[in-house]
Formats: sequence, C-alpha cells, structure tokens
Amino acid sequence: MIFEDPVMASRFLTLMTLTFHIIYATIGVGIPLFIIIAHWLGIRKNDEHYIYMARRWSRGYLVTVAVGVVTGTIIGLQLSLLWPRFMELAGQIIALPLFMETFAFFFEAIFLGIYAYTWDRFDNQKKHFLLLIPVAIGGGMSAFFITIVNSFMNAPAGFDLVNGELVNANPIAAMFNPAMPTKVFHVVVSSYMTAAFVLASIAAYRLLKGSRHSYHKKALYLTMKIGLIFAIATAINGDFSGKYLAAYQPEKLAAAEWHFETDDYAPLLMYGILDEDQEVKYAIKVPYMLSILGFGNPAAEVIGLNDFPEEETPPLIVHYFFDSMVTIGSFMIILALIYWIGIKRGWTFVKSRIYRWLIVLGGPLSILAIEFGWWMAEVGRQPWILRGIMTVEEAATTSDYVNVMIILFALLYLILGVGTVVVLRRIFKNNPVEKELKAVEQGDDQA
Amino acid sequence: MSLEILGIAVLWTFLFGYVIIGSIDYGAGFFNAYSIITGKQHILSKIIQQYLSPVWEITNVFFVFFFVGIVGFFPQTAYYIGTIFLIPGSIGLILLAIRGSYYAFETYSSKGHKGYAFMYGLTGLLIPASLSTVLAISEGGFVYLEEGNPVLDYWELFTSPVSWSIVALSIVAVLYISSVFLTWYANQTGDEDATNLMRKYALIWAVPLIITAVGIVYELSFHNTEHYNRLTDLWWMFGLSFILWALTVWLLWKKRNYGTAVWLLFGQFALAFYGYGISHYPYLLYPHLTIYEGFTNQAMAISLVIVFILGLALLVPSLYLVLKLFLFDKDYVQGKKNKG
Ligand code: HDD
Ligand code: HEM
Ligand code: HEM
Repeated sequence: MIFEDPVMASRFLTLMTLTFHIIYATIGVGIPLFIIIAHWLGIRKNDEHYIYMARRWSRGYLVTVAVGVVTGTIIGLQLSLLWPRFMELAGQIIALPLFMETFAFFFEAIFLGIYAYTWDRFDNQKKHFLLLIPVAIGGGMSAFFITIVNSFMNAPAGFDLVNGELVNANPIAAMFNPAMPTKVFHVVVSSYMTAAFVLASIAAYRLLKGSRHSYHKKALYLTMKIGLIFAIATAINGDFSGKYLAAYQPEKLAAAEWHFETDDYAPLLMYGILDEDQEVKYAIKVPYMLSILGFGNPAAEVIGLNDFPEEETPPLIVHYFFDSMVTIGSFMIILALIYWIGIKRGWTFVKSRIYRWLIVLGGPLSILAIEFGWWMAEVGRQPWILRGIMTVEEAATTSDYVNVMIILFALLYLILGVGTVVVLRRIFKNNPVEKELKAVEQGDDQA
Repeated sequence: MSLEILGIAVLWTFLFGYVIIGSIDYGAGFFNAYSIITGKQHILSKIIQQYLSPVWEITNVFFVFFFVGIVGFFPQTAYYIGTIFLIPGSIGLILLAIRGSYYAFETYSSKGHKGYAFMYGLTGLLIPASLSTVLAISEGGFVYLEEGNPVLDYWELFTSPVSWSIVALSIVAVLYISSVFLTWYANQTGDEDATNLMRKYALIWAVPLIITAVGIVYELSFHNTEHYNRLTDLWWMFGLSFILWALTVWLLWKKRNYGTAVWLLFGQFALAFYGYGISHYPYLLYPHLTIYEGFTNQAMAISLVIVFILGLALLVPSLYLVLKLFLFDKDYVQGKKNKG
C-alpha cells in the first residue's frame, strides 16, 4: 500500500475516499424519494403501515446521511490537498457548480435537521411530510452539480487555453458540456434504482428471517416495482452514455470493449481474458452490438485503441468494470420484472426462499454496479485528469506525506463503515417492526 | 467595491459564521466530556441533544462553503494552500469525521458510550487547533519555494511562538464563546445547574482570552512587522472589541441579561475578526499571494456573486425557520416538545 510516488499515492487516496463516499451519497440521493412515496401513500390510502415505513426508513437514512456529510467534506477538501494544480485551473472555470452545490447542501441540511427533530411538533402529519421535499430536492441537486463537475473533467468546454493561460472563460458553457446530459441523468437515475433495491433487500431479508407481517410484503412490493422502472431507465440511459463516449471519448469506449482495430460492424465482447499478444480469449461475442451501442447502427465504424498514442490509452481493466456494471444492470431488470409479473399472476416461486435470497443480493449488487460504473468512468479517463488538457501527473501534489494519510484515512473509513453497520443494526434490532406497529395501532404514537 | 474585495468579504463573513457556531459546538462537546469525567454527569448532554444535534450539519456546511468559495474566488489558493496544508488539513478532516460520526452513531441511536463522548470532547479542542494553523501559515515565514513548488517548513512552524499563540487563542476562544452562549441557552431552558456551571466557565475563560489575544499581537510585532503595523493602525476596532468584552463579563458577573451578553460577545468577536482580516489585506499568504494575483476571471467572479445572492435568498428564510424552531421556540427550548 506504500507508494513511491505522490501521484500514485494521491490516486489511491482519491479512489479510496470516493469509493467510500459514493455508497453514502447514492443512498443520500435515493432514499428521500422513497420516504416521500411511502409517506404520501400512507396519507392517501390512510394506511398506518406506509407512514410507519417512512418513519423507519428515515431513521436509518439519518445515520447514512451523517456519514455521507462527513466523507463528502473529506473529499471536498482533499480535491485541493491532493490535486492542487487541477483545482487551480479548474477553479477558474468549473467552480460555479461546486459553489452551487454548497447551497444545495445547505438547503438539504437545514430541512433534514428540521424534519428529524420535529416528528411530534406538527399536529398535521401532512405538514411534516412536506419538509422532506426540500430534502429530496437538495440531495438531487447535490448529485446534479457534482456530476456536472465530473462531466467537465471528461469533456472540458467553455474556455480557451492560450500559452497555458485560461482565457475567454464562460462558466455556463463549461457547465453545459457535452458529457453533462447523459452523465447527470445516469447518475441520478441509478441512485434511485440502487436505493429501491437496497430497501427491497432489507424487506426480503426480514421476510426470510421469519417475519410474516404484511408491512414487509408491502415494502417489498413497492420498492421492487419502483426499482424496476428505474432499472429500465438506467439501462436506456446507459445506452446513451455509450453513444456519448463513442462521439467524445472514443478511447474510453474502446478500452472498455477491448476494441483494438478500427472497424465497422463491431461486435461487443463480454468478459474474456487477454493473452500476451493482446488477443481476446474466452469472450462472449455479441455481433454488431458495439456499433449499435456506440452509434445505434450495426454498420457504424468504431475507432479502435490502436489509433491512439499508447501513452494516452486508459488501463484495459476498465473492460471488466464495464461488463460487471452492465451484467448487474441486466440481472436486476430481469429479477424485478419476473417478480412483478409473478406477483400479478400469482406465481408462487417469486415468494420462495431462493428468490427472496436473490432479492436480498440485489441491494449489495446495485451498490457494486455504482462502484464499477465510477471506476470505469474514472479509471477510463486516465491518464487525464482534465481530458486532453491536464494529466494526473501534472495535477498531483508534490508533498511526500500522502502515504501516511492513506493509512490514516483507511483506518477512518474502516471505523465509519463498521460503525454504520453496527448502529443501523442496533436501531432496527431494538425496535422490531412487530413491536412498534403494535404500539402505533394502539394509538400510542411514541414509536 | 472591487470584486476582489467583495469576494474576500463574503468568504471572511462565512468564516466568521463558522468560527462562532463552530465554537459553540466544539466547546459544548468539551464541557460535556469534562462533566462526565468529573462525575457531574450529564448536565450538558440534554443541551447538546436539543440544540446542537439538529444544527450540526448546518455548522459543517459553513466550513464547506468557505473552502469551496475560496477555490472559486481565488483559485491560486488551491495551489498554495493545497500543497502545503496536506498534513494539518488531513488531521483536521479526520477529527471532523470523528465528530460528525458522534452525531450519527450516538445521538441517533440513543445509547451513550463514554469513550466516544470523550473523543468527541477532545476533537472539540483539537479541530480548532489544527485548522487555525492555516492562519499561522498565512502570516508568512513558514513557506519557501523549492523548484517553484511551495514547501512548508514544519520545524519552523512548530517552534514558532506565533503559531502557538494562534493555537492557544483558538482554543480559549472556543471555550469562552461556547460557555457564554450556553449560559444563555441553559438559562432559557430554565436549567439552573447548567446555567451556573456555564457561567462559571465563561468567567474562568474570559481573562485568558484577552491574554492570548494580546499575545498574538505581541508575537506578530517580531514575526511580521508589516502586518503588526497595519494591526496597530486599526487600534480603535480592537479597543471597541475590548470594551464589548468588558461589558459581557460585567453582565455575566451580575447574572443578568444573558441574551444581551451573547450579542455583545458576537460584536466583540466580529470587531476583532474583521480588524484582523482588514489588516491582513491584501495578502492571502504573506508574501507570496495577494487577493489581486490570486483572483479568478471576471466571468467567474460575476457568476459566483450572482449565485451567492440567489443562494442567500434561499437560505436566509430557511435559516430563520431553524432558529425559530430550535432556538426561540420557548416550548421546545424548555424540553416540552421533544424529538421523535
Ligand atoms: C446501479 C448502477 C448502474 C447500472 C445498473 C448501470 N450503470 Fe452505467 N454507470 C453508473 C451506474 C450504473 C454510474 C455509477 O452512475 C456511472 C459512473 C459514472 C457515471 O457517469 O455514471 C456509470 C457510467 C456508465 C458509462 C460511462 C459514462 C462515462 O464514462 O462518461 C456507460 C457507457 C454506462 N454507464 C452504460 C451503462 C449501460 C449500457 C448499462 C446497462 C444496463 C448501465 N450503464 C448500467
Ligand atoms: C469528487 C466528488 C465529490 C465531492 C467533492 C463531494 C463533496 C461533498 C461534500 C463536501 C459533502 C458534505 C456536504 C455537507 O456538509 O452537507 C457531500 C455530501 C453529499 N454528496 Fe458528495 N461529493 C462528491 C461526489 C458525490 C457524488 C458523485 C454524488 C451523487 C451521486 C454526491 C452526493 C452527495 C450527497 C447527496 C451528499 C449529502 C449527504 C448525503 O445525503 O449523504 N457526492 N459531498
Ligand atoms: C462519487 C463517485 C466517484 C467515484 C467512485 C470515483 C472514482 C474515482 C476513481 C476510482 C479514481 C481513480 C482513477 C485512477 O487513478 O485510476 C478517481 C479519480 C478522480 N476523481 Fe473520481 N469518482 C467519483 C466521482 C467524482 C466526481 C464527481 C469528481 C469531480 C468533482 C471526481 C474527481 C476525481 C479526481 C479529481 C480524481 C483524481 C484524478 C484521476 O485519477 O483522474 N470524481 N475517481
């Protein structure tokens, strides 16, 4: 884990922090939507179960948000500490969405604070529920703005470089760069998808552990249904992301597909390994599919990696990241679709133990897909930090102490990660649904 | 007013906000831990639950706002400060993380753990200490250029009386600000024990505050004469600040008008904080970087200012709502309405 070179050390520390932050950030973006939906259903159907669902989810959510805030603060400052040259240049042109993001945080933090501490201060539950809308908007806006910054790194726009000086800065044009639409949409939609399947995973787990309460069944059905919609949206949008890559970052797409020679009618390769001569072996080949993913046309020509200077091609490992993400995405669509049809048609196997275990698996898998997606997007940008303009080498800090910081932060994330699990378990173990619901049903609203 | 000055004024104001509400938070954590150790039990735990927990994320955003804002308005600081601030900055971050997770893990899950409360209290003193080193660094003399890259001379920094006097002031200020504020807050809740305890702490820390503040000025006269001279030009601001301090202490002594005492305290710190800031002008980092060299381009500056104004329009009403609910709602403050 000890790196000779501050560049490698900084890359590793950034990878570690972001990989950790994104788990909490995704939940932070996604869960409020489901709390709102449950709360709203509860009021509309006049069903205590849904109101209680909202309350229970929001309790767990508070814990994850707090860790999200902590790790987000870390990455926010680390960007300057580890990549000072990058922030100096980027600050001149992409600071605007970063700055807007802090307002989104403010907004979210304020209403979350109010929501969390005012459960019993509103005579009318509806009013209290309204507080969550700004929370969800704030979380969504944070994701929106920070993803804009990231899309700028992939497709810098809105300025000219003259002798290394940045001129003609246009912050708005920088925000609306070519990578922005697909990226923002994909990130937000996949967050909702992941949040849905994480919640479904919990409900399925409870049912497996012997709970027969209809509360869990309602939760499972609700989240699987919404999860299905967002999973399909994620996949469709992923297809657009592929088209964006083909047009603006062909080297990333080629690396993700191990596509070496420029060719038309290009096939899509899944998995496989590379031998010494850069030949792909044991891969599953889907004819024409890469041309379709890139251009929507089986005859289209897709640029191969060999057409790029070697020092500008990304690491080939991104192939596995990409394949894993797509596999998980497809798996989740099928799983949720069969479940949904199965419930409608009364197929019993979707209520079997095996099927429920698959659903339990779906939550962690979706989070993994998020990680794979980001690794593929970020590692696939190498060697650039700002594509075509600045490499990671040029951007990194020159300080020799990054190694030590890696150890300290690794310890910290370990503690935070374990702490989250322990605390969430304690909160929910000590207050089992059956016990709390009984209290609710008896009109004793102290849960 | 030029855009450069407007930019730094906005950032300085947010930093002031962070210093005040952060200090309240940090000090409260320390006093809480202290009262657990000395067996005075949870005199303060309730206050932390009631007032601090709902607002800790807001406190944190003030900090985020500051470092994001400074990179926006003065991108070159990202380069200078980023390169040299790695260690104190990272330590500060880790401490902040421990602190934030206290809220996540302790208050939300409602089971106290003594060790954690102790760490939480300790971070309350260590965070200001580690973050305030950036103020010491900005006084110059600790950074030299090596092959064009700024390098921090840790030995020089750790042996310098200037950095230690700044660290000392930051710790004492935390204890003083929070004890004055909590005296008022405890009094609002009608909790006499807590009021008396906090009042005692406030009086204890009042004099060390002035001593450490004077200590910094004294040390600066050797370390950075230019800054020292500009400071003394602004003597009237510090004089006024001193008078407000004296009035605060007098009110506390007489056990009356705790609310006014808090306002006087804010005034005292505002005068000193802006006095210090103005005298630092035009340098961000002596002598390498001024606000003029480090400033961003026109287009970015203007869009940042516009976003800032729009943002305030959104924030001020929401912040008002928070204050109304958690600070000025008599029933809530007195614990009649509780959290769910
Ligand atoms: C639940 C998570 C999830 C799932 C199931 C998928 N994705 Fe994804 N994908 C992401 C989560 C994600 C992400 C984490 O949100 C990324 C990382 C960076 C980004 O912009 O979004 C991403 C990036 C990303 C990129 C790279 C964009 C870039 O580098 O600019 C492409 C081409 C796709 N995805 C395509 C797909 C396709 C064709 C999918 C088919 C099912 C798919 N994704 C499923
Ligand atoms: C380099 C990338 C990132 C940086 C610098 C960053 C920065 C931050 C900061 C500073 C915070 C804490 C704000 C506070 O004090 O309240 C935070 C929290 C958050 N971040 Fe990140 N973030 C990054 C990546 C992301 C991504 C990719 C997403 C969304 C997909 C995201 C979504 C959030 C959300 C929703 C929160 C609020 C806390 C929560 O709800 O969990 N962040 N981030
Ligand atoms: C939160 C989800 C994200 C994850 C999981 C993620 C993942 C990664 C990974 C794995 C790397 C290391 C790449 C390598 O060195 O090979 C990296 C680098 C980096 N990322 Fe991201 N990233 C995320 C979002 C963002 C966003 C939103 C930004 C922009 C604000 C960003 C800025 C950076 C920077 C500056 C680097 C260092 C330079 C580089 O290695 O290219 N990341 N990230």
